[in-house]
Amino acid sequence: MRISVRFFAGLREQLEQTELELSLPAGATVAQVWEQTAKGAVSGPVLAARNMEYVDFATHLDDGDEVAFFPPVTGGAR
Amino acid sequence: MNSVVLEQPLDPWQWLGRYEQSLQGTPGQTGATAVFVGSMRDFNQGDAVSGLFLEHYPGMTQCCLDDIQRRAVERWDLIDSLIVHRVGQLYPGDPIVLVAVWSAHRRAAFEASRWLMEELKSNVPLWKKEQLVAGSRWVEKNTPG
Repeated sequence: MRISVRFFAGLREQLEQTELELSLPAGATVAQVWEQTAKGAVSGPVLAARNMEYVDFATHLDDGDEVAFFPPVTGGAR
Repeated sequence: MNSVVLEQPLDPWQWLGRYEQSLQGTPGQTGATAVFVGSMRDFNQGDAVSGLFLEHYPGMTQCCLDDIQRRAVERWDLIDSLIVHRVGQLYPGDPIVLVAVWSAHRRAAFEASRWLMEELKSNVPLWKKEQLVAGSRWVEKNTPG
C-alpha cells in the first residue's frame, strides 16, 4: 500500500525532508513508517497523526493514508 | 463557532466587531463575553527575540481548532465562540491569537476561554521558531500560563 509521509517544524529541518511516499505491506503501522523514514536520524519526543488526527505509533494504516510526524506543539501566546 | 488560521496580520478588535454582528442568538441572551488576545513578546528565556515564524499543518490545524471548540461547547453552556490564530512571520507586538467566548453568564465565558487557550497550546499543531541576534531556534515548550 502507498502511504504519504509529512514532517513538520524542527523534525522537518533535522531530516531535511518535507514529504515522501512510501510503499509498505498491508496492515503496516505508524511505527513502521517511523522506522523506515526518520528513526535514528532524530532525537526528542515526536507526535504522530494519521489523516490529520493524532494517533499512537501502534495504529494500523490503510492504503492512501497520510502520516505526519512532528515535535510537541507550541502554539498560542506565551 | 468559528476557527480561522490567518496568514495576514491580525486585528483582533476588527475581527471581534465583525463577528459580534453575526452572533448567534439575540443580544439580550448574551450576558458575558470573554476575550483573550495574545501578542508576540520581544523576550523569551532571557534573550531578545526580534521575530517569530509560526509553522502550521494546513488542514489539521484548522480541524484541531474546531475540535477544541466543539469540546468546549459540550462542557460549558456557550452561545458562541471564535478563535483566530496567526501563522507565518510575526514581529514583537503583533497579535498572535484571539479567543472569544459568548455565554449567558460570566463563569462559563471565563472558564471556557481559559480552557480553550490551554488546549490550544498543548493540542493544536503550531510550532514557533524564534529569531534571535545569534540565529534562530525552535521553541520546545510553552511557558506556564
